[in-house]
Amino acid sequence: MKIDAGGVHYKQLNEKIREMVKKGEKWFDLVNINGQRYIGAGLVGELIIEIEGVPGNDLACFMDGPEIIVKDNAQDGVCNTMNDGKVVIHGDAGDVLGYGMRGGRLYVKGDVGYRVGIHMKAYNEKVPTIVIGGCARDFLGEYMAGGNIIVLNMDNKADPVGNFVGTGMHGGNIFVRETVKEYQIGKEVGMEEMSKSDRIFLKSVLEDYGRYFNPEISARELSKENYTKLYPKTKRPYGNLYAY
Amino acid sequence: MLSLCKGEFSVERDDDRCIRCLVCVRQCPSDVHKYDEEEDRIYSDESECVGCQRCATLCPTDAITIRYKPMEMKENANWKTYHLTNIYKQAETGGILLTGMGNDKPYPIYWDHILLNASQVTNPSIDPLREPMELRTYLGRKPDLLDIEDGDELILKTEISPQLKLELPVLFSAMSYGSISLNAVKSLERAATIAGTYYNTGEGGLHKDLHKYGKNTIVQCASGRFGVSPDYLNAGAAVEIKIGQGAKPGIGGHLPGEKVLEEISETRMIVEGTDALSPAPHHDIYSIEDLRQLIFALKETIAYEKPVGVKIAAVHNSAAISSGMARAGADFIALDGVRGGTGAAPLVTRDNVGIPIELALASIDQRLREEGIRNNASLIIAGGIRSSSDIIKAIALGADAVYIGTAALVALGCHLCQKCYTGKCAWGIATQDPYLTKRLNPEIGTRRLVNLLNAWSNEMKELIGGMGINAIESLRGNRLQLRGVGLTDTEYKILGILPAGE
Repeated sequence: MKIDAGGVHYKQLNEKIREMVKKGEKWFDLVNINGQRYIGAGLVGELIIEIEGVPGNDLACFMDGPEIIVKDNAQDGVCNTMNDGKVVIHGDAGDVLGYGMRGGRLYVKGDVGYRVGIHMKAYNEKVPTIVIGGCARDFLGEYMAGGNIIVLNMDNKADPVGNFVGTGMHGGNIFVRETVKEYQIGKEVGMEEMSKSDRIFLKSVLEDYGRYFNPEISARELSKENYTKLYPKTKRPYGNLYAY
Repeated sequence: MLSLCKGEFSVERDDDRCIRCLVCVRQCPSDVHKYDEEEDRIYSDESECVGCQRCATLCPTDAITIRYKPMEMKENANWKTYHLTNIYKQAETGGILLTGMGNDKPYPIYWDHILLNASQVTNPSIDPLREPMELRTYLGRKPDLLDIEDGDELILKTEISPQLKLELPVLFSAMSYGSISLNAVKSLERAATIAGTYYNTGEGGLHKDLHKYGKNTIVQCASGRFGVSPDYLNAGAAVEIKIGQGAKPGIGGHLPGEKVLEEISETRMIVEGTDALSPAPHHDIYSIEDLRQLIFALKETIAYEKPVGVKIAAVHNSAAISSGMARAGADFIALDGVRGGTGAAPLVTRDNVGIPIELALASIDQRLREEGIRNNASLIIAGGIRSSSDIIKAIALGADAVYIGTAALVALGCHLCQKCYTGKCAWGIATQDPYLTKRLNPEIGTRRLVNLLNAWSNEMKELIGGMGINAIESLRGNRLQLRGVGLTDTEYKILGILPAGE
């Protein structure tokens, strides 16, 4: 169903969405969105939410299953503690994306801000993945405990990531197209070239990522490029810190 | 390297009494007692003894005495044995010293400097044995004004925010599955259900066996977001955002990888064997505005059906922070004082950071009243509540309810040896070792906790009845019922109470 969100407070908007989901609605087209927060918060199941306009902070927080397509930019806190589902952003996105994210995917076409993918985790079949088309700023993947972050740097910037990448990292992987400098990464992080299985994984993710954007992004070409793989040196970075 | 640290306890065995039943040998998780078959004797390696008193308690002939026997150094008012042994240990390991339970240093305990009032002659006291007394407490935001429609029947028009209904003003503090055993969590859960109050999951998620009993559960959302999913948030009766903990203000949590076994990994939804790190801050909260954002993200997720609270450690500017929390939409504020317990914390933090809960409570209650926002949020205080009189004093100082953690564990058998972080709890509480956890039978644990709450309920009724008060509501913030002894002028001012005799 189509909902005109022009001038509607987030509380009313989200209440309406929850009410319609309860009645069995599976598809939402939200138009005239202008900064409403918490869209998709805690929603469960197979739903599709298309958003025209810029949604506010904490889009898809605690979400468990739905797919959200934003045809514009997004703000901070997208996919906060998300359990499952997919969020596609056709523009740039702000800070603290995917904090504590446990499953599902976040695809951003453009750049992202600071503190993205902090404390992402994984459990069994739940392995979250964030794909960033442009660049990311400082603290990418801090405390990362699982999942994958891929930075494509499509604009070929000199520094695709900021500083303190993967500080405190103890799980998961970060793939950055082109090089990352030693001083940009945390001391818990190792750097190596991608393995064959990494390339297969990357290609499969990019195939899915590419088809959301127009013109389509070619996974085949992108997955052949040169990537730096960042990995945690240990899953117990602070194991020897204490006296018992 | 030769260790210069000696054991802290002596094990005295009365050989005439010992019947060689070997209970002590089997019960000690630190392998202190060893049986020599050839000599038919039990030897004790005192250096490993932690003083948990398990062997002494279970010895059928009372043959064992465990005595505290620290190394006696030459008397020195500056360099205590505490400092020397800590330095020895750090010189040997290079590590941060860990400890368990709450601060044991002799900072002032203000409960012990506060006395309660009682009625004499001019207003009669009430006998709780024969007259109805009410301890029922509601936690949650209260409206500024009540809009009531007059008519034959009064109709309440004001929409009341979701509330937690407690039959007594006591809840069980946040203790995660991981820091304590599943049997301990089950005991807390069942006791809370029977007593009509709540237990708190801590930040370790909710075990699958406990999902269906959510109506007496407060679920926690901490910086590690372990096990936090819409299912989990909706399973509880309320959600608590954990910012800090009294035993370790300002630092995060850390469950070592060796404790992240199969069931813990499943409950926390993390990979087995990895460290479960809770970052010191929530990285999506750098301000009161950000806190408000998380509060409302949670409220949206649970469709505004349950209260959302925030827990902080009591620190120097708690009053200002509490004002921010009450304005940010917290339905309750949990405050944990410097004596609050923990499963593991750096010794240096536990013993030196934070402020006493009594002073924090008094200043926060005062601040919220002055700003006219005391009704925005209920206050739950924690950190060293040892008895029903502590609770009554806390409520008269302005608390709505108290959290008990250590007291609940003591009811389950804890002897405060402070070694929770080793995972070798002889009482089956702070351990995941199946050989040890089965020592705590959840049915007996439940009974012990319910007994404690019932006993405290009766005592609280006696105390307030003695003041001529028949409902705990009338005591809340009623500081005239308190008098202090042996405090300074500044302390009287902060506590907002008069000295005894005035």
